[in-house]
Amino acid sequence: MSTDSYINRPNRPLQVYALIFLIVLYLPILFLPLFSFNDSIYVRFPMQGFTVQWYYDLMARSAVWAALMNSVKVGVAVSIVSTVLGIFAAKAITRYRFFGKEPIVIFIMLPLVVPLIIFGVALLVLFAQLLGVPLSLYTVAFGHLILCIPFSTAVLMPRFEGFDPAIEEASADLGENAWWTFWRVTFPMILPGVVASLLLCFTVSFDEFIMAFFLTGTDATLPMYIWGQLRFPQQFPSVLALSSLVIIGSFIIVLLGLWINRDADMTKTKAGTDA
Amino acid sequence: MSDDSYISIQNVQKYFGSFCAIENISMDIAHGEFFSLLGASGCGKTTLLRMLAGFESPTKGEIFIDNQPMSDVPPHYRPVNMVFQSYAIFPHLNVHDNIAYGLRKRKLPKAKVTEMVDEMLNLISLPDYGNRKANELSGGQRQRIALARALILRPKVLLLDEPLGALDKQLREQMQLELRQLQRTVGITFVFVTHDQEEAMTLSDRIAVMADGEVMQLDTPIGLYERPVNRKVASFIGTMNFFDGVVADEAGETLKIEAQGLGPITAPANPSNKAGFYKGDKVQVAIRPEKLVLSAQKPDAAFAASGRVQNMAYLGERSHYLIEMDGLDKHVAVSSQNLVPGASLFEMGSDVWINWQSDAVVVLERN
Ligand SMILES: Nc1ncnc2c1ncn2[C@@H]1O[C@H](COP(=O)(O)OP(=O)(O)OP(=O)(O)O)[C@@H](O)[C@H]1O
Ligand SMILES: [Mg+2]
Repeated sequence: MSTDSYINRPNRPLQVYALIFLIVLYLPILFLPLFSFNDSIYVRFPMQGFTVQWYYDLMARSAVWAALMNSVKVGVAVSIVSTVLGIFAAKAITRYRFFGKEPIVIFIMLPLVVPLIIFGVALLVLFAQLLGVPLSLYTVAFGHLILCIPFSTAVLMPRFEGFDPAIEEASADLGENAWWTFWRVTFPMILPGVVASLLLCFTVSFDEFIMAFFLTGTDATLPMYIWGQLRFPQQFPSVLALSSLVIIGSFIIVLLGLWINRDADMTKTKAGTDA
Repeated sequence: MSDDSYISIQNVQKYFGSFCAIENISMDIAHGEFFSLLGASGCGKTTLLRMLAGFESPTKGEIFIDNQPMSDVPPHYRPVNMVFQSYAIFPHLNVHDNIAYGLRKRKLPKAKVTEMVDEMLNLISLPDYGNRKANELSGGQRQRIALARALILRPKVLLLDEPLGALDKQLREQMQLELRQLQRTVGITFVFVTHDQEEAMTLSDRIAVMADGEVMQLDTPIGLYERPVNRKVASFIGTMNFFDGVVADEAGETLKIEAQGLGPITAPANPSNKAGFYKGDKVQVAIRPEKLVLSAQKPDAAFAASGRVQNMAYLGERSHYLIEMDGLDKHVAVSSQNLVPGASLFEMGSDVWINWQSDAVVVLERN
């Protein structure tokens, strides 16, 4: 270990701290898959033996599938729209100087810090009271969109900052108009950010409860469905099974996002150092 | 606008906010000309080039290319291509796709495109580099690819923003030759930006010397060197000795001047200075180091002055001297060719005479 620099030397207390941190963070979550295989409707030790019955139950229930499909529909739509709007916002913020830019940036980022319950109530008032729009998956999607745009913008901004505007100018100089320049140059260069934004927005929307609580009509999203099932004790193990699947799904998506972005960061720093 | 002018820049001004980057520039560039913009960093060379390419619009004035006003023409419709100072290679494409980028609209068969790209790769001496990723290239290689990417479209005007800046001396000289040759064979009008006066002198038909957003002098390399219009141009291109003087008499084509350290001398009235000089004007007398001739004895010449060798540097083909002049508190640089081995060398500290021809003297305004 003599090759380690001072700053890279292993630090025992820090390692212990990191370990405790991870345990506190993830242990509660690990109970979900653990008890989803427990052969009892009560969540308590000692456990009663192994079963996959709750998963079978889940498969058989059409309401689960309907809720899942609703969540996927909302998630896909929200992630696409949010990413498109995020591209515009990130490009405008990083490339152009315009009047009132700072306030607008703060405005876009506001949903990250304002309590969601406030947004939820405000949108409910807007839709139900003022506009008379019936609550549906569309209103849920709208709420999620407000929540996701700051994420998309934040993920995409470093992509635009990371490349020289002269590259887009070079494309124009070689005869391509704005449309072709976007598809031949800008889009491929920000693609890792686009993928990250799609995945992030999908997971945010998929997990979101508070907005959905206020804005859902008759069609429940998956979190709403899970919440509804909690009233019935005999359903609880299936809820555990469902939650376990959601955790695994989210985990895969997050890993995928990290993996794509890790690749992108490497090419970026490489291009940066020898440019 | 003169008849053969291909690019015409007319009273162009450019402000960034309240900062004036280009201050009322007018000039014409002829078809097929190798035209250079020369000036120190920050003098507005890139800004002027970007206005020609269409990335900046003039605050005032108009640019014509091929007699067409350009103010409403976006960059992708202009008959010009640019080699960027920062190369601007597309990092997500390989070398082949970078060079072929602008060919999409021509809808050529794939084999033809590959043939053209290979031809370009040979031209920039990077054969077999087609499959390299852009970030696997050195700075010099990127520059050459940026050049090939523009040249493959056979533009009418090629704008080059310090395209050889990142190359080492040998490759730079080779590329200079190739650029010049290419420009002659293809007949493209080159507008070439550089801050290297030697490069500008070697390559250009004409040079515009810029400072602080203004063109100080627009002339051929010979004109700039032999007849600079002011002290800035004179010291920017090569080395120059300056002496203070006063016009003693003006008589047609020649001026009689009383110059400090040189005595009474005559000089041609500077033809590139329109103002002209009159008796009593305070002027500067400028003489190039190589126009001064050294001798050990008092020479039989119309104009001569004496001094001492204060410093000497032997550079092989020539030697540089710093002469301490009698009655002058600064040194005079003299550069003499070493034609006969060891013959014309003067020891440090030895007494010498310098002499010069009347037409070697350039008279400039004193400010
Ligand atoms: N977009 C801009 N906004 C404000 N000022 C600018 C802008 N572009 C250039 N300038 C200023 O205009 C002046 C001329 O810049 P320009 O890039 O044309 O210089 P240059 O002659 O190309 O210099 P170099 O040799 O260093 O490339 C500089 O003082 C620069 O700071
Ligand atoms: Mg420049």
